[in-house]
Amino acid sequence: MLRGMATPDSDPHEHTHSESFLRSLMRRQLKLSITCALSFLIALLGLPLLNYFMPEVMSGRVGGFTLSWLILGILFFPLVWGIAWVFIRRSISLEDLEVEEVNARKRQHATPRR
Amino acid sequence: MMLAAFDVWILSFSALTVLVTIGMGYWAAQKSRTASDFFVAGRGVSVGWNASAISGEYLSSASFMGVAGMVMSSGYDALWYPVCYACGYLFLLLFIAGPLRRFGAYTIPDFAEGRYDSPLFRKIAVIFVLFIGFFYTMPQMKGAGTTLSYIFKDISWFGEKGLPYPVGVVLVGGVITFNVAVGGMKGITLVQAFQYWLKMFAISVPVFVLMSVYGSYGTQLSVQGQPASAAVVQTASSGGAATAESLRKPLPTKAPVDASWLNPFGPLTSKAAKAAKIEGPASRPYALLYTYSLIIAIVCGTAGLPHILVRFYTNPDGVAAKRTTMWVMILIGVFYVFPPVFGVMGRNLLPALYEGTGVNGTDKIVLELPKVLDAAGGPGSIRWGSILSGITCAGAFAAFMSTFSGLLVSMTGALAHDVYGRMLRPESSAADRMQMFKWCAALTGGVATLLGCFVEPLEINFMVGQAFAIAAASYFPLLFMSVWWRGMTLQGAATGMLSGGIFALMAVALTNVSTLSLDKGPMGRLFAPFAPLNDFWAHHPLLRILCEQPAIWTVPMSIMLMILVSKLTRSSIPSDVRLKMLVLHAPEKLGLKQDYIREHEGVGH
Repeated sequence: MLRGMATPDSDPHEHTHSESFLRSLMRRQLKLSITCALSFLIALLGLPLLNYFMPEVMSGRVGGFTLSWLILGILFFPLVWGIAWVFIRRSISLEDLEVEEVNARKRQHATPRR
Repeated sequence: MMLAAFDVWILSFSALTVLVTIGMGYWAAQKSRTASDFFVAGRGVSVGWNASAISGEYLSSASFMGVAGMVMSSGYDALWYPVCYACGYLFLLLFIAGPLRRFGAYTIPDFAEGRYDSPLFRKIAVIFVLFIGFFYTMPQMKGAGTTLSYIFKDISWFGEKGLPYPVGVVLVGGVITFNVAVGGMKGITLVQAFQYWLKMFAISVPVFVLMSVYGSYGTQLSVQGQPASAAVVQTASSGGAATAESLRKPLPTKAPVDASWLNPFGPLTSKAAKAAKIEGPASRPYALLYTYSLIIAIVCGTAGLPHILVRFYTNPDGVAAKRTTMWVMILIGVFYVFPPVFGVMGRNLLPALYEGTGVNGTDKIVLELPKVLDAAGGPGSIRWGSILSGITCAGAFAAFMSTFSGLLVSMTGALAHDVYGRMLRPESSAADRMQMFKWCAALTGGVATLLGCFVEPLEINFMVGQAFAIAAASYFPLLFMSVWWRGMTLQGAATGMLSGGIFALMAVALTNVSTLSLDKGPMGRLFAPFAPLNDFWAHHPLLRILCEQPAIWTVPMSIMLMILVSKLTRSSIPSDVRLKMLVLHAPEKLGLKQDYIREHEGVGH
């Protein structure tokens, strides 16, 4: 059933089942996810290092809190929201773009056939 | 004279929560008729309801009681838990939620079977749903036992200590099991959503009231690191509401000192090194290792919790699923700011809890802290402390009831849908399965209650962290790799998931039995044969850390095994893997899922 489908992009339906389409689809999505993940992993994995190597700075007081407590206990949550918001917006527009590309291709192929 | 035995406010708020929960569940059960309704709430739940319901299910006893208790007992290091619970959710959104939803299956076992065309793999996945589920129900039961023995602490006809812990566990376990058996999931979506808002109200309002009387979060923290006498002088000279009470009570000797409590790498993360007599700067590398392992466990473990994943299917489409997740992040993020405040204030105002163990330890700080207001107010005034304490008790009920019900549904679903419906009696009718759902609920509820009776000496939050560590080493690699790597084979996936999960499970179990053997109560006698392990830990602090927090080695091990075995068995990559990847990644608007299902049927699968 699948072997018949691997033919070159002659048909719009075939295109969505082609190797190149899938590869670009996965690559773009993974790139977006990894970019967003890196931005919070740097903060999440970097904070213990700051605590480890700069204990004096991190235990400095800000309005009663130590700096490290303020970051981990409060400021981390808005950061997570920010990243989630950017990701959701971008991934919705990425999906729209992908749909638009497929539809454009369909139109292109539909005209000469008639 | 009976009523004088317990606080009227606390009892009535708690009773109301239980009654409303059961009432709503029962009412919703009248409306859930079909099997699809029963298992995933018919896939038609709106974004607001679904986000509240997911948050309600996610905020368990660990979040409501455990985080506060652990911040009080261990200080800064415990803050990693709430932050990683929230970050883990983000990780789930980035890598797993979208593809899994597009794939369209009810449960992880459905996904495992669908991705690899293997009924055998489904069976393995089902067993893991049960394993992780039971591990996660234990802390919920501890929360239940703690809350009930707090509410009935003055009753004398159960003996001197008030209501025994196991009685509370059995009582709550029974009520929730019954509720799930009659309501199914539809009931639970509504109840969970209600319970999120109850928990949010119950955690935030007492904090604001306490802060208005005793000073803000920052003020409470600022006295840490100063001698107690200085704090008293400061308050007395500034006057105000806090003069009657000093800002801080003297700490018992069992409490960690300010410097190690307030700063990173404190009692929680450097415990193993301390047991091995490694103190000061030399203990810091151990503490850093512990911290990283904890972060990995919780962030990756969130992505693998069975009862959280199933909720992604209750959205009508992919965009709604993403919006729901955004709202969940906001709802749980706002919530998580509050429990540590209880921990900080508890250290200042109720340090006596450091001396208690089990149900009388720091895990009950959320319940008991508001009561200090009673002592602060003059005689004859309204007992605001009791009212607020009643509200936090109601919140605690909501916390363990909602998470326990959610887990029970997903575990019962696995038993009824997979074990009975597919393995034991594939020819059974839908009505048979509905009937079986009720029996399976009773069975899982019973086992979970029994397990809950054993864990009184363990900290709630700690146990939840361990459930996450097991999920992180089994489901997370399975989902992550299956979604993003085409080269995965059935053998690779199964080897990685099983070895990661089993190693994590064994490591965690070893730590727990050795901790239980130290208990002074009945559990200590039961687990006494494991006491020599503690000597071993004292000589090998590194091994202790790697067993207590295994994620740092089990997660990479699991992923490596998946890659290695998949490469070795390359010939058995499913032939239609491209189509499956397409369904996982192509936007739903392209409508490729229909193709996939039709072609699948065509093959005569």
